[in-house]
Amino acid sequence: MNSKKALFHISKRGELPWLKVWLIRGAAILLALLVCSVLTVLVTGLNPFAVYGTMFKGVFGTARKTWVTFQKLAVLLGISLAVTPAFKMRFWNIGAEGQVMVGSLACAAVMITLRNYISSNLLMIVLMLVASLAAGALWGFLPAFFKSRWNTNETLFTLMMNYIAIQLSAFFIILWENPKGAGQIGIINASSELGWLPSLFGQQYLLPILVIALLTVALYIYLKYSKHGYEIAVVGESERTARYAGIKVERVIIRTMVLSGAICGLIGFLLVGATDHTLTTTLVGGRGFTAVMVSWLAKFNPLGMIFTSFLLVFLQLGAKEIASTFFLNESFADILTGVILFFIIGCEFFINYKIEFLKNDRKGA
Amino acid sequence: MKKILAIVLCAMMVLAAVACTGTASQQPAKFKAGFICLHDENSTYDLNFINAAKAACEKLGIDYVLKVNVPEGQECYDTACDMADSGCSIIFADSFGHEDYMIQAAKKYPNVQFCHSTGTKAHTEGLSNYHNAFAAIYEGRYLAGIAAGMKLNEMIAEGKFTAEEAKIGYVGAFTYAEVVSGYTSFFLGARSVCPTATMDVTFTGSWYDETAEKEGAQKLIDGGCKLISQHADSMGAPTACENAGVPDVSYNGSTLSVAPNTYIISSRIDWEPYYEYAITACMNGKAFDTDWTGTIATGSVKLTDLNTNVAAAGTQEAIDAAKAAMEAGTLHVFDTSTWQLKGETLTSYLADVDSDDAYTPDTEVISDGYFHESEYRSAPYFDSNLTIDGINLLDTAF
Repeated sequence: MNSKKALFHISKRGELPWLKVWLIRGAAILLALLVCSVLTVLVTGLNPFAVYGTMFKGVFGTARKTWVTFQKLAVLLGISLAVTPAFKMRFWNIGAEGQVMVGSLACAAVMITLRNYISSNLLMIVLMLVASLAAGALWGFLPAFFKSRWNTNETLFTLMMNYIAIQLSAFFIILWENPKGAGQIGIINASSELGWLPSLFGQQYLLPILVIALLTVALYIYLKYSKHGYEIAVVGESERTARYAGIKVERVIIRTMVLSGAICGLIGFLLVGATDHTLTTTLVGGRGFTAVMVSWLAKFNPLGMIFTSFLLVFLQLGAKEIASTFFLNESFADILTGVILFFIIGCEFFINYKIEFLKNDRKGA
Repeated sequence: MKKILAIVLCAMMVLAAVACTGTASQQPAKFKAGFICLHDENSTYDLNFINAAKAACEKLGIDYVLKVNVPEGQECYDTACDMADSGCSIIFADSFGHEDYMIQAAKKYPNVQFCHSTGTKAHTEGLSNYHNAFAAIYEGRYLAGIAAGMKLNEMIAEGKFTAEEAKIGYVGAFTYAEVVSGYTSFFLGARSVCPTATMDVTFTGSWYDETAEKEGAQKLIDGGCKLISQHADSMGAPTACENAGVPDVSYNGSTLSVAPNTYIISSRIDWEPYYEYAITACMNGKAFDTDWTGTIATGSVKLTDLNTNVAAAGTQEAIDAAKAAMEAGTLHVFDTSTWQLKGETLTSYLADVDSDDAYTPDTEVISDGYFHESEYRSAPYFDSNLTIDGINLLDTAF
């Protein structure tokens, strides 16, 4: 008997009670913070509690910071909502970055090219919205159409559409640049404020936040209670089952991707019309990809995404604050973010699987 | 789901409570300045600002906040306002695209001074708390150009190529006036000592793109350029020159470390004198220039690290002589007798000094026999309509 015995074995577990699930998650966060503290002390010699305190201050320190936090949360949440229906359908749409970008581009295009012909702010905003929705929807439609017609790979297709969108924006930025040769367009309609979304109660960010809040609820209902939502879930479970049940799979794929793209277009509209009032190639800033993580972490549940997108925005803003307060390079903040995400994603393993340590004293049989 | 939501809400309340208790300690207000940078210290452009900011604040003994990686969008406005909220009395931003957002913040906080480097709008915006600053870097470029011309002469004398083949290559970012003014003054400096010099210019379409800058420099070298200079912020061009063994005149600071065998000299703007000037005025509650142009005399235009292993003999002396003539007012970089446009000497030129959407030329800038750069506003306005004879633009897509 010289065969080696395994130390432990891993098996899939059934559904855990929610309390246990959240205990595991809480433990993971605590462990992550502990590792970050040790790392902070070792690398920088700073008091880790001061570092965490600074992170909170960076996120909620003042009324303005809190508004910025919620505005960033709204944008990330909005893009995460947009990718979710496609993900539920197992359509791997990683083209949100480009879909938001073309939405922004379309919005800026309307603001710039029509400003000499339209003086009504309302009409302008309606046209901007329509253009953004249409551009985003088109960017979602193309990969879905090719997928359903010729079964092309949607991951590669949507990924490449990102680059097309970014390069198209770069081209138009040079075309509309102000002043000439500067390679940027500055604030659009700065003096007339034509096409700028209104501030509610004097708060510039309130309107986009409210729009995303409504969208969250609407998408939750759409996915959970509507016939469309049901069809998406069935297609995601098994295309064959869906076909057998008489669902037109091609139509569901195209319809869902058009919806995903249009929501991305809406975010682009909010970015240009309500917050930034400009178009740069870094306007979306990778949030189209971060949204994939937000959606997955929340298991495609729109309400859960409020929490996961908050977590990521919190880490990002907190990290920036640490970097400037302690004169650390922003890379250190990225390391902390990486550690925390590692634990949070890693703990899902322990929720889905159980590890049994095998006893060594079972000699012979 | 409700339970999860309840937990989430509880967690957020705890977080908020912690956040509130963390801000209790209050120290007596010390004068505080804020600095907004587009990138971090990995960009030579931003590093130049960051070093100046730290040096000026330490010298004046004031507090400061420095925010890096602030994009040219709404985040610039939010950051500037946030600095004002936290008690900064003066706030600086370093990148051209920050300007519109700095103006918005200046309107929101009339009691805080906002200073924007490289911007063009302060002199027409009519805000008492919004300022632009730049330096007469074309003077530094001209002096660096002399070092380039001397090197060309040396190589001609060594028989490496004929006087007619003395072509310079220049890697620019955009066809923006700042870049045009830079390469034209550099070229004029080179031609003042090497009269047969010509120059090819290529543009990368980005202020920082290491690959494009490297490829651009390589393209120029393959096209027969004997010496390279650049206006873009990465190590791309110096690296390409070092690999090909072609001399390089750098910008924004010394690149000696990556190109010990080809780097000649570099010109850069030193922002410390401006920071000291503006902060001191603000601390004393005095008004200061809406539009400030640093010069060699203010210590704002600097030449760094002449590499005597590569530079031609007598370079330092030639530079010193030209510098003295500039300070004495006998040498003007854009002296109209030294350059022509399509074979003609200009006696008049209307430049677009006051920004507007249609780029309407508005100000006469040639008088007393020279083009008055950076006098009617600090940012350069020697623009892309002025491609002087001897300079050949390979592409103008950007």
